[in-house]
Amino acid sequence: MIFFTESYRLAFLGGLLIGVAALVLLFLNGRILGVSGIIGGLFNPSTRREPWRVFFLMGMLLGGLVLKTLLSFPLGNSLERPTPILILAGVLVGWGTRLGSGCTSGHGVCGMSRLSPRSLLGTVIFMLFGILTVWLLKLLPGGAV
Amino acid sequence: MKQNMSALFCGVLFSLGLGISGMVQPQKVTGFLDLFGSWDPSLIFVMFGAILVYSIGYRVVIRRKIPLFADNFVIPTKKEIDWRLLLGSSLFGIGWGLAGYCPGPAITSFVSFGHSSLLFVSSMLVSMFLFEQIQIRKAKS
Repeated sequence: MIFFTESYRLAFLGGLLIGVAALVLLFLNGRILGVSGIIGGLFNPSTRREPWRVFFLMGMLLGGLVLKTLLSFPLGNSLERPTPILILAGVLVGWGTRLGSGCTSGHGVCGMSRLSPRSLLGTVIFMLFGILTVWLLKLLPGGAV
Repeated sequence: MKQNMSALFCGVLFSLGLGISGMVQPQKVTGFLDLFGSWDPSLIFVMFGAILVYSIGYRVVIRRKIPLFADNFVIPTKKEIDWRLLLGSSLFGIGWGLAGYCPGPAITSFVSFGHSSLLFVSSMLVSMFLFEQIQIRKAKS
């Protein structure tokens, strides 16, 4: 049974933790856990003076350090992409999530759970375009994936 | 201060969840998106787990008049589907497929100080900053 392999268990366990984190943020602060929105708000004069945004991001970095040092979980850099591709990807993700008002956390977890039609559609679209992009990359000479 | 401490706590918890689930490994993410190749469906369970907790919990929490540390819930109310949602989500999907990073895992991976996450995160931040500047300028004119 593939469902009992470690990577499935960890995926589910991590998912539960993500859900709990989002729920606690809602219960205590009344906020939606959406990373692109939390970052984007820091660049907007009307929401810039909300220090909780910075604290949340610092918590994420702290969590990253715990993963790296105490738990020795693999972080990032497992995929070697050329520099221009990485920059292009960052620009598209930054712009796209702000224009579309959400990313995997805001639309994919919180919005989907609330059955928000915008989030359902947004999630379907970014998954489809992600799948399409990975497929097209493999068609390139050298098969980038 | 209570709001800041709770945000810090949630940030740590969220980050740990991303790390444990495998979302911070770009290769795993592209494997998940590689539906027509060697598909690795494990990451769908991240969504199952998170939605399981949040979809039930949300309905319980939202019955309260106000959150514990704040004056009101800030929940998106917009319903209409517009070109911004469609185009934005499409662009995001392309970027996600190209690098295997979405915003959360990118931030968590930042402390790896690896070449790919540094480049990705800095260009993502610049892009978000410019987006906001253009919105502000548009609103003024």
